[in-house]
Amino acid sequence: MMEQATGGYRGVWRRLRRNPMGMIGLAMLVTAIGVALLAPWLSPYDPNAIIRVTILDIYQSPSPAHWLGTDDAGRDVLTNFLYGARVSLTVGFFASFIAVSIGGLLGLSAGFLGGRTEGVLMRFTDIMLVIPDLPLAVVIVALTKPSLTNIILVIGLLGWTGTARLVRAQTMSVKQRKFVLRARAVGAGNRYIMHRHIFPLVLPLMVVNTVLVISLAILNESTLSFLGLGDPATLSWGQMLNYAFTRGAMSAGAWWALIPPGFGIVWVVLACTLLGQGLEQALNPRLLTHHLAADRTLTSHRRLQPAPTSEGATPGNR
Amino acid sequence: MPHAILDRPPLLEVSHLDVDYVDPPHPPAAALRGITFTLQRGEALGIVGESGCGKSTLMLTLLRLLPAAGRIVAGSVRLDGVELLDLDARAMAALRWKRIAMIFQGAMNALNPVRTVGEQIAEAIRRHEDVTNRRALDRRVSELLDLVGIAASRREQYPFQYSGGMRQRAMIAMALACSPDIVIADEPTTALDVMIQAQILQLLADLRRQLQLSILLVTHDLGIVAELCDRVLVMYGGVMAEYADADTIYNGAAHPYTQALLQAFPDPTQPAQKLAAIPGAPPRLTDLPPGCRFTPRCPHVFARCHTAQPPLYAVTPAHQASCFRAETTSGGAHA
Repeated sequence: MMEQATGGYRGVWRRLRRNPMGMIGLAMLVTAIGVALLAPWLSPYDPNAIIRVTILDIYQSPSPAHWLGTDDAGRDVLTNFLYGARVSLTVGFFASFIAVSIGGLLGLSAGFLGGRTEGVLMRFTDIMLVIPDLPLAVVIVALTKPSLTNIILVIGLLGWTGTARLVRAQTMSVKQRKFVLRARAVGAGNRYIMHRHIFPLVLPLMVVNTVLVISLAILNESTLSFLGLGDPATLSWGQMLNYAFTRGAMSAGAWWALIPPGFGIVWVVLACTLLGQGLEQALNPRLLTHHLAADRTLTSHRRLQPAPTSEGATPGNR
Repeated sequence: MPHAILDRPPLLEVSHLDVDYVDPPHPPAAALRGITFTLQRGEALGIVGESGCGKSTLMLTLLRLLPAAGRIVAGSVRLDGVELLDLDARAMAALRWKRIAMIFQGAMNALNPVRTVGEQIAEAIRRHEDVTNRRALDRRVSELLDLVGIAASRREQYPFQYSGGMRQRAMIAMALACSPDIVIADEPTTALDVMIQAQILQLLADLRRQLQLSILLVTHDLGIVAELCDRVLVMYGGVMAEYADADTIYNGAAHPYTQALLQAFPDPTQPAQKLAAIPGAPPRLTDLPPGCRFTPRCPHVFARCHTAQPPLYAVTPAHQASCFRAETTSGGAHA
């Protein structure tokens, strides 16, 4: 096995495919994305249609007309649930993109430049790390207009600390490699070395981190929406929970208004976590087994064993 | 031959170079003291010494790539008369690889594993020359690979697809990318087997003749030095022990350390003879003995050795040794 632990995306895919948990996570995430993209075709009703409701339409239990019943406003829960995937995933992807970009840039700069720059950047990271994210997010969202863009920005701007520390650690290890000194001897400057020599080796780590940050961002968005700080114009899963919780779904026994959004959140978060862990193991196979572990050497020996020489003794091997 | 080239003005002139490693609460460690040598165009100089004697520090000082703790305290490094230690960072970056290139020890680590070999060779060219045309660049890289005996088609491959010897040759190709005047070869054959070692040395010797290269060969293997070098600088504990042409070093070494090194080297005419190891360990730079740094391990110590570091004495005009025993044969201190 002459494979590099970091290089070769085909090798990563091959190892990921052999990781059942990672593949389940990937399948779950693909399903969620598919649902979000196909929501207009999958959902039985138009979520923005103006409907006339009577008292009887509120919290209707599941029926052929409304598979998952209706909510407090008499709207179809299944439709809301399918469209809610769009909001959650949008927030997840954009916020984690912002978070990983900031964290990556800071971590890369701190780890590579060292000295005073590193001191300032990492103290800043530490401060951001100890401030509890959620109360701060609540305050900021409450002070600004609660729109989807603002929620994405707040979650993204608060969620980069873990990435920064992770990327910094990896950068510090890559920085010690001889090829960095060689690049300097060639006459390359800091920016060039960071971009062309360090970044490609830190990138796989950032990809894994992105997947994990997506789940965090989705959870944060749900929490903010549940607390009533969501964008009132869009209906996310957190918001569905908020409405159901505050408008008497519990006392009405309308479990169908609570379970679908909760299930959606768990589904996407679980998908990201499984896929993230699978990717982590695929990118760094040493996490799975030690390269000298007994079972590994056994399988490779078995493959290398010479075929038995006597012809009668070779069972079904032609 | 060395006498003939000594008359011309030198290409590289290093004089009285002192380098410290600082670690604030502790006193600085004297990594290099009073290093003085010259390198002529086309000359190969071997720099020999055990681990920690300052060979690598010296090389990194020439390129001004010392780690953050390194301080050049005194001395001068002149390339064609230009003082390198006075250049600003931009001028120095422009000069690296263009004038002084380096073949790194351990080619696997000196190549970025996730970029192709061709890309990494092209990097040096793109850095220093205005070659933007993709095809012209590819042609240059192919020529360089061809020069070191690697098929141009392997340009697109990654370092892990190369064998150890090929990687080292790719490193040499990279060093030659900008036609430098001086190539620093830092242990270019370490971790290669004897056959490949011979190939690499032959390649270096050929290229030197073809391209009029000056080579600084850093090694701990006196056998390699004998094959390639005109002159030899033996270092011990950050100072120069002996500096002379290769013939003098092998046949008339004046410094006890050089003599001991040669005895620790197998003699093919006497295969049964046991090798003589040098007792003791190289000095720690933070804890140097008073007087000559070699006293704890020297078989010829006398009282004066404990009082001061001996200066470089000129045994003959082209042969210097820093040992008080050389004083009697020379007229006086050379430097």
